[in-house]
Amino acid sequence: MTDAMPKAEGDHSYERDQVKKIIGSVISQVEAAGELSRDTIFKELTELHNIIEEARKEVGQAQAGDISDKHIPTATDELDAVVASTAEATGAIMDCCDVISEKAGEVGGEAGDAVTAEVMKIYEACSFQDITGQRITKVVTTLKTIEEKVDKLLAVLGEKMPGTNSEGNSDSDDDGRTGDEALLNGPALPDKAISQDDIDKLLAEFD
Amino acid sequence: MAVDMNMNILIVDDYSTMLRIIKNLLKQLGFSNVDEATDGTMALEKIKGKSYGLVISDWNMEPMTGIELLKQVRGSNDNYKDVPFIMITAESKTENVVAAKQAGVNNYIVKPFNAETLKGKMASVLGDF
Repeated sequence: MTDAMPKAEGDHSYERDQVKKIIGSVISQVEAAGELSRDTIFKELTELHNIIEEARKEVGQAQAGDISDKHIPTATDELDAVVASTAEATGAIMDCCDVISEKAGEVGGEAGDAVTAEVMKIYEACSFQDITGQRITKVVTTLKTIEEKVDKLLAVLGEKMPGTNSEGNSDSDDDGRTGDEALLNGPALPDKAISQDDIDKLLAEFD
Repeated sequence: MAVDMNMNILIVDDYSTMLRIIKNLLKQLGFSNVDEATDGTMALEKIKGKSYGLVISDWNMEPMTGIELLKQVRGSNDNYKDVPFIMITAESKTENVVAAKQAGVNNYIVKPFNAETLKGKMASVLGDF
């Protein structure tokens, strides 16, 4: 039993495996109850109860409920606002470009062509709004996943006795998507993306 | 064979900004008959109802993605099944490019891109213009 408890006095962090060991210890001792006193079993259960209460207290002190009730909704709203405002600003920039292009056409000649070429560069640069929008959408999705997991954790700690939850640990990167859906990941971070040159070479290998 | 500068081109993207950018770039390249769709479903309806010389599509759209649109087009028995198809997308992983190629894409442009890249890829699919 003692190897399942924290190593240092005052250390209140309990690993998942430690709790499992305590539960396993209780179960095995109950099975062999004939050889043990009720006091021993009571002591084991009391220790387990203390661990659970400690975990509840720590979650409460961390105000984990605020994560899903306040922080994440606020963050997602802010990010949505970023997307909306950049879209609006980009639209305004392109409206100006349309007017400048029209005027450049009226001017004509070398000067008109030069202005038109520069306006095209502005159009190209405006594609940042699409890229940033997709990146922000990925962040919002991640935040919502965190929100769901926090809600589940709070439900377990707040309403149920630990050990009765049948849901497993889902720390894996595999999100369960398959086929085309698994390919839908949005813009990759620069160190993970491949360049247009790489794409061209890759496509050439098929020819 | 010369490229028909009056051909119909369909651009597909769920971001209105991108549709506007691509449309303007095409206009600068000399193509003015450009239709727009905001997802694969709308695009497929347009493709069924009109003859296009080129489809330029984003990948990440709902409810029908660009790759699904490509598969539906290539998997049909209609006269549009061989329409030139360029994917313009932020999906820039190797597996995406391979999946698109296997589905029958003619070329693949990763965002962000510029007019020169667009022109080059269009020329590789349609011929010089």
